[in-house]
Amino acid sequence: MINLNQKIYGYRRENNRVGIRNHVIILPVDDISNAACEAVSNNIKGTIALPHPYGRLQFGEDLDLHFRTMIGTGSNPNVAAVVVIGIEPDWTQKIVDGIAATGKPVQGFSIEKKGDIQTIADASKAAYDMVHFATGLQREPCDLSEIWVSTKCGESDTTSGFGSNPTVGNAFDKLYEMDSTLLFGETSEITGGEHLVKARCANDAVAEKFMFMFNRYQDMIERFKTDDLSDSQPTKGNIEGGLTTIEEKALGNIQKIGKKCVVDGVLDKAEMPTSKGLWFMDSSSAAAEMVTLCAASGYVAHLFPTGQGNIIGNPILPVIKVCANPRTVRTMSEHVDVDVTGLLKRDINMDQAGDMLLESLIHTSNGRMTAAEILGHQEFVLTRLYESA
Amino acid sequence: MIQFIVHDEDDSVGVVTVEGLKANDTLSGWIMDQDVLIDIKINQDIPIGHKLAIKDLNEDDTVIKYGVDIGRTISKIAVGDHLHVHNVKTKRW
Repeated sequence: MINLNQKIYGYRRENNRVGIRNHVIILPVDDISNAACEAVSNNIKGTIALPHPYGRLQFGEDLDLHFRTMIGTGSNPNVAAVVVIGIEPDWTQKIVDGIAATGKPVQGFSIEKKGDIQTIADASKAAYDMVHFATGLQREPCDLSEIWVSTKCGESDTTSGFGSNPTVGNAFDKLYEMDSTLLFGETSEITGGEHLVKARCANDAVAEKFMFMFNRYQDMIERFKTDDLSDSQPTKGNIEGGLTTIEEKALGNIQKIGKKCVVDGVLDKAEMPTSKGLWFMDSSSAAAEMVTLCAASGYVAHLFPTGQGNIIGNPILPVIKVCANPRTVRTMSEHVDVDVTGLLKRDINMDQAGDMLLESLIHTSNGRMTAAEILGHQEFVLTRLYESA
Repeated sequence: MIQFIVHDEDDSVGVVTVEGLKANDTLSGWIMDQDVLIDIKINQDIPIGHKLAIKDLNEDDTVIKYGVDIGRTISKIAVGDHLHVHNVKTKRW
């Protein structure tokens, strides 16, 4: 039996949140600042640039989401310090100010009236000091319940519904009892099981907000679909793995919230939870988009069950893969952190599988790298709501 | 050895959990929720992760898994048949 009261060693940040990684990130406000960010990251070892294709001429709710994602990413407790680079000073400063509210070191640089070369030089000096600062920080004892844990599954198959997803559910039930802060989402992949999630909501207000988010996503699909989505949802990988319909996929997906957890609150994309408990976040079901949103919401560890072998990682949020499919574990073992194939052979029970995953969470929290980190998976993918103006 | 798993005895389907099963093989199955074992002969080759029918179904029947509706049949399906996108479709979208 695993001891969940053991201390884990994390980085306590200025705002008292606990991180399990200690990144210095170079964050572009917009697509055209990627080159400068990557140049700074190349100059200054121990930094990560987070290039992305957006941030120009966005407006309305889509722009709000862009700012929430940028500020949330920089504010994540796995990040020690941030350099922000944008083409012009106003939006750059808005993101700097948002991140500065956490109390962590952050500096912004804009390229107009200076050019790339001067900006890169100035930002590199700031990044140099930040790496000195970050690498001088020490891990300290923290409670496991201070580690915010999110989940999302990918390249699911029928073994996900039997094995890896309920393993996450078992771990979530145990973390929930300790007053952890947890998150799930993937709005479209609840289709067919929405009544089950609704029934798990803490009260009518939460249930109503959940159904609002669910119906909003359904309306979007109805508006843009050209067929029954059987070419994309379930994915080709899901179908190869034996999943037949979105309903079947959803019922497997929902196993991740266990049997006891209550849905305590509902978030829009990249919003931050305001209290402990299990949160539902309206989000894409595409792995890299969803995990990027989890990081922007402040989550510091991610449990990712897979059937056919989704290989995703994230630059700031360690992604722990758990798999119950013996063929995937045999052919793609370097991508699997926790092998729960024993479940399908009745060699282990769900309680043991959940403990194996929690043990991996503790090791990861203490600094051990995940499969995706070792293999260099750093998918940073922003969610867009509609076209630019 | 367990060769397929069923979530609940009221389900229409089980899932193959081992590789290499061929038509006319008789498989040993485990119904998880009731923790009982059953044997079923399959009528086609069924890959790992794919479903076999454990109940006879007519065209336009509801398929049950996890005790919940997962879609509708578009043809008759017999016990032991491979059940997938060729004979079952979503009721959504």
